[in-house]
Amino acid sequence: MITIIRKELADYFTSLRCLILFILVLLASAAGLYAAYEGIRGVDISSGFVFINLFITSGETIPSLVTFIGIFVPIIGIALGFDAINREYSTGTMSRILSQPIYRDSVINGKFLAGIITLAIMVATTLLLVSGFGLRMIGVPPSAEEIIRLFIYFVSIVIYGAFWMGLAILFSIIIRNLAISLLASLAVWLFFGFFYTMLIVPAVAKTVDAYLVLVRLSPNTLFDEATMAMLLPQSRGLGLLASGEVSYMIPNPLPLGQSLLIVWPQLTTMIGLAVVCFAVSYIVFMRQEIRAT
Amino acid sequence: MDKNIVLETQDLTKRYDGNMVVDHLNLHVAENEVFGLLGPNGAGKTTTILMLLGLTEPASGSARVFGFNSTREPLKVKRLTGYLPERLGFYDGLTARQNLRFIAWLNNMADDEAEKQIDQVLEEVGLTEKADTAVGKFSRGMKQRLGVADVLVKKPRLAILDEPTAGLDPEGINQVLDLIANLPKMGTTVVMCSHRLYEVQRICHSIAILAGGKLVVEGALDELGREALAEGRYRIEVETAELSPQLVEIIGKIKGVNKVEAEGNFLHVTTDSDLRAAISKVVVDNGVALTQMKVQEFSLDDIYKKYFKEG
Repeated sequence: MITIIRKELADYFTSLRCLILFILVLLASAAGLYAAYEGIRGVDISSGFVFINLFITSGETIPSLVTFIGIFVPIIGIALGFDAINREYSTGTMSRILSQPIYRDSVINGKFLAGIITLAIMVATTLLLVSGFGLRMIGVPPSAEEIIRLFIYFVSIVIYGAFWMGLAILFSIIIRNLAISLLASLAVWLFFGFFYTMLIVPAVAKTVDAYLVLVRLSPNTLFDEATMAMLLPQSRGLGLLASGEVSYMIPNPLPLGQSLLIVWPQLTTMIGLAVVCFAVSYIVFMRQEIRAT
Repeated sequence: MDKNIVLETQDLTKRYDGNMVVDHLNLHVAENEVFGLLGPNGAGKTTTILMLLGLTEPASGSARVFGFNSTREPLKVKRLTGYLPERLGFYDGLTARQNLRFIAWLNNMADDEAEKQIDQVLEEVGLTEKADTAVGKFSRGMKQRLGVADVLVKKPRLAILDEPTAGLDPEGINQVLDLIANLPKMGTTVVMCSHRLYEVQRICHSIAILAGGKLVVEGALDELGREALAEGRYRIEVETAELSPQLVEIIGKIKGVNKVEAEGNFLHVTTDSDLRAAISKVVVDNGVALTQMKVQEFSLDDIYKKYFKEG
């Protein structure tokens, strides 16, 4: 399996696709930094966290880095996974690999792990680049707690990306046509990104509780909430609060442990979704028959 | 049977959506021979191969390769077997060498051993100069030859080749066929599918013909040829300088000769066994110059036609 991971990684890093993705990531980092540069002077730093504002501050017209990441990570995940299996079939390499003395599951495990490694490298690059340039820009070093918060944010990005990649790999197993498999993944992403939270849930949900339950079925919402809790310690809870309750809130940041407590369900649900995607892909792939022609 | 059977199937059966694709197939391939698997398109050849490699599960029956059950122990089978798929593909972005290296790695070959083996097989298929060219730039024929290299790189004891000469030019076909014909000497048994009968006739020792998933006939090529041509007898063609009726009579009296037909200076002798030595002696003893003599060649076309007319 290590051989397959090695080969997949070599494939990814030498491919034009990865180059394009890296350029996108760099542009997003630059845009996020510029947004922070524009907006960071007006930020309220009474919370005691300065460094983290680099990531969540938006400029006058440019959205913040976390917004960029929220949009780009699913695209990167889908781009890494949508042709994982069906390209092997369409180029005829699958039967050649499977006739070697390896277990069939090492093919899909290898692809999944190589994808996660690539994803992690890209995300880490972005975060480190922004941190480095940001440090020069504002001159305030991150506190230990901020570093831990950023790290958890990093982990949640990778999990979120892994979910989309798992979904894309699943489509690449079920759908033989490359373009249709890509389209299917993008359709799911658009559905959750726009229609689900903006149109369907508000129309269906009758109560606030129902709204929260439904909206949290969407991986996008889960990720946004996890981001908010980790990088915006001032937000003391997720979801909707009655205006009466808001007036009782003390405007100081939550400690790290409490923030973690808030996002724990979101993180585990995202892990669960990613695992489900992978498990279904695994089962379908293992049961898929190699046929003549 | 005195020969070592390396591949055998017992009532191997496969259905796709209720259609019998392979129907109670019993094949036997002896060690160090070139075995040809023939049959029209859709006869179940490729499906049979996939079952031999354990890539597809049979509905019933079993296949054994080197004594390992293909369905239960596919890894052991695949370690010893190289497979050239009909629609073969490579990673276009990688060079020929990198493609082969990947296969060598998957077979757990040590790095230096793999490099040596890669150099050797690339030379055998005549691709040494293209070793570091991306496969995407290869022509169809070069890819096909790389496919053969790809099978050989793992030093298989059994090579299963599905249409190994598809897309090659005549010269390429000859090279590949020579290469395949040499494999048994190096201890590799070959099973090959092909539609080109003359290729099969040239290099195969035994053949099996499939039709509609059923075995039509299996056996050694020369025996089947004689059967198709003269109901199992030899036909010997004798050309002499001049032909006398006495000579025809004398030859007809040799033990084992069934029939002698004269036609100009030619004699067509039908015999039970290869009696060329006895016939030539008789001809020369009678003071007649013997111009040439040969066992009449059958062609695989005859075999093929015979069984498909009957089938």
